[in-house]
Amino acid sequence: MSAPSGLLGFPEPGPARFTGVADVRRRLADAGYLADDGIAGVVHLADRLAKPVLVEGPAGTGKTELAKSVARVTGSRLVRLQCYEGLDESKALYEWNYRKQLLRIQAQQVIEGDDRWSADPAGPRGVTWHDVEEDIFSEEFLLARPLLSAIRSTEPVVLLIDEVDRVELETEALLLEVLSEYQVSIPELGTITATRIPMVFLTSNNTRELSEALKRRCLYLHLDYPTLERERAIVRSRVPGIGEELADQVARIVRSLRTLELKKHPSVSETLDWARTLVLLGVEQVDAEQARATLHVLLKYRSDLERAAKELDLSVGSVR
Amino acid sequence: MLDLLTGFVEELRAAGLPVSLTESIDAATAIGHVPMEDRLALKYALAATLVKSSSHWKAFDTAFEVYFSLRGPEYAMGAGSEPQGAGASGADGQGEGQGASGGAGAPASAEELAEQLYRALLAGDDGQVAAIARLAVARFAGMEPGRPVGGTYYLYRTLRQLDLDAVMVRLLESARQQALGRTLSALEERLAHDEVRHRLDQVRAAVEDEIRRRLVADRGAAALAKSVRAPLPEEIEFMHATRDELLALQRALHPLSRKLAVRLARKRRHGHTGALDFRSTVRHSLSSGGVPVDLRFRPPHPAKPELVVIADISGSVASFARFTLLLVHALASQFSQVRSFVFIDGIDEVTRLFEEADDVADAVHRVNTEADVVWVDGHSDYGHAFSVFWERWGHEVTNRSSVLLLGDARNNYHAPQAWVIEELRHRARHVYWLNPEPRAYWGSGDSIVATYGAHCDDVVEVRNLRQLEHFVAQLA
Repeated sequence: MSAPSGLLGFPEPGPARFTGVADVRRRLADAGYLADDGIAGVVHLADRLAKPVLVEGPAGTGKTELAKSVARVTGSRLVRLQCYEGLDESKALYEWNYRKQLLRIQAQQVIEGDDRWSADPAGPRGVTWHDVEEDIFSEEFLLARPLLSAIRSTEPVVLLIDEVDRVELETEALLLEVLSEYQVSIPELGTITATRIPMVFLTSNNTRELSEALKRRCLYLHLDYPTLERERAIVRSRVPGIGEELADQVARIVRSLRTLELKKHPSVSETLDWARTLVLLGVEQVDAEQARATLHVLLKYRSDLERAAKELDLSVGSVR
Repeated sequence: MLDLLTGFVEELRAAGLPVSLTESIDAATAIGHVPMEDRLALKYALAATLVKSSSHWKAFDTAFEVYFSLRGPEYAMGAGSEPQGAGASGADGQGEGQGASGGAGAPASAEELAEQLYRALLAGDDGQVAAIARLAVARFAGMEPGRPVGGTYYLYRTLRQLDLDAVMVRLLESARQQALGRTLSALEERLAHDEVRHRLDQVRAAVEDEIRRRLVADRGAAALAKSVRAPLPEEIEFMHATRDELLALQRALHPLSRKLAVRLARKRRHGHTGALDFRSTVRHSLSSGGVPVDLRFRPPHPAKPELVVIADISGSVASFARFTLLLVHALASQFSQVRSFVFIDGIDEVTRLFEEADDVADAVHRVNTEADVVWVDGHSDYGHAFSVFWERWGHEVTNRSSVLLLGDARNNYHAPQAWVIEELRHRARHVYWLNPEPRAYWGSGDSIVATYGAHCDDVVEVRNLRQLEHFVAQLA
């Protein structure tokens, strides 16, 4: 175990962003994100404990959207780090701008009019190698990547580390210092600590187990498909011009689909797409034929489509 | 509170969840930030800090319900909301709730209670449903104090009296009546059906809650948690899984195969053993003035192994064979070829069933119904199955094949015909034996795993998903 992140090294939470769970829910709802008790509770805790939140769950259940909405309601800037295979330090943390450093050294030579200064420890006019080194490894030559820029920011920030399961297990270690201490160590410069602790969200599609070290530093939130009532509310709030009856039907059909054994269950975003499609088509009440004709918006595999049509009895013959 | 939390963390660890010290400290800090009387908030706070994997949620949920079932005002014992008839407390072995009853209008019989339940469900009145569940448990469960049970039997007794099936039929009937004379389309029928089933699941959960609450009051949280503790999906033993556990396994298998496929594909891509790509190296050296600073390599092409799976599908080991076949075929893209054979005392090839079926689960179902695996009496005969395999398909095993033999090697004292395995060993690249029995039982009774094992590269104990995952990851 590294530094005792729960005890002495515990970063001091800043002023509270939310007054309570109910406050989180209300403000997220105003921003168009309908959180249930679990989501609101974890966001509230993350704020109070100054801990990152690891959000896991099937694709299209609003993991990224949660971070965006929290940024919106707290008036913070969203800093996003999209993870991919092969992500490294220079893309995630910081990089030295070596072209500029090179220019700086060359400029020095031009000013001196003499390129032999490196041989003499105390070069002409007293400019030593040490001075130059100090100079080119200063903040001016530092390119801040998402993690560092989130830490250095003076304005409030929400840091979103998206699809963290895509990086290799070894690369995860890059994140650990930022996640537990909210600081970045740069050998040439020293340690840069956050002036105000950002809210951090990590999302994962669960394509692999994340390391224990990473999980231990985070609060865990599993976002599953919403309940019928919540899904209906989401459809109502996100799809303009949808009638209550249609929203109810959409939510119920999707729930029934999710009870089937499919390769890929319809996600919330697909539900919304479907609802929009139906509204565009001017449908006020879904019947079997319309459902069958538009089902491909919800389901993306042929075998799933067939099975759903069979199970929900959407064949043409059954329409009375 | 801290004692309760420590006990709770102990219980989670006992159930197999890896809860670290930091996490339990986090949990203690977290519960300081939620209102104590809000049970749901407490639950989510604990879940966020202690449970770091969705597959552990079920175990957490069970433990939480046991440990914190007596918290919160609406959960207090003997609350006035319990409309209890004075004479009906005979079944109520704990004697609580006496005198706190509302008396008037308390239903006398199971039929009347079912009728009330029906009306409450129709009106969507959750509070009333919970109250009825409470009453039903008090009346019908016949709980005896001090019995070290998990409550399944009480649940069964209560639900039998309430007769939920009849309630379901009536609810569906009323849904039809709401359609005002019009017949429901098949789709609407199905939706109504799902809705009713969902509500009845809630009733069942409410009854379970009540039973658990009473059990905790009777025996204490720690003791009850021990009786209801269920293994995590990845630790369920194939050979002794109940029906519910098999379902849990099935659900765990899909994400597992996906994860495994990603991992294997990555492993392949990152082996830096490819040969030097001379052309590309020279091309890239141009940017550094002809000095080959950056060496380029061809992407590696490791040969994908060919897999031959020979599985015993007789009663005792059937579910083990099923899960292994499911996993192996879900990973088919990671192997150049997968061929499957199943046997009891006769043997049959079932590869084609997997290739034809869109859905692997369908294929396994067809294996059980269509494969011709019975030769004489339908008791395992490894020797006969192996010798037939050798005659008919033996020459198709090549030095690129890995052969997996699945079974407990309980041969019913038939001739082992171990020479087949020896011959296979000569032809194939590897021969592995996977045995779902605990290692301690190997070689007892009619188990001749040692006789076969002598000719295998390795004999592996594969009792649960975790061990299976480990083995397959090594193989590919």
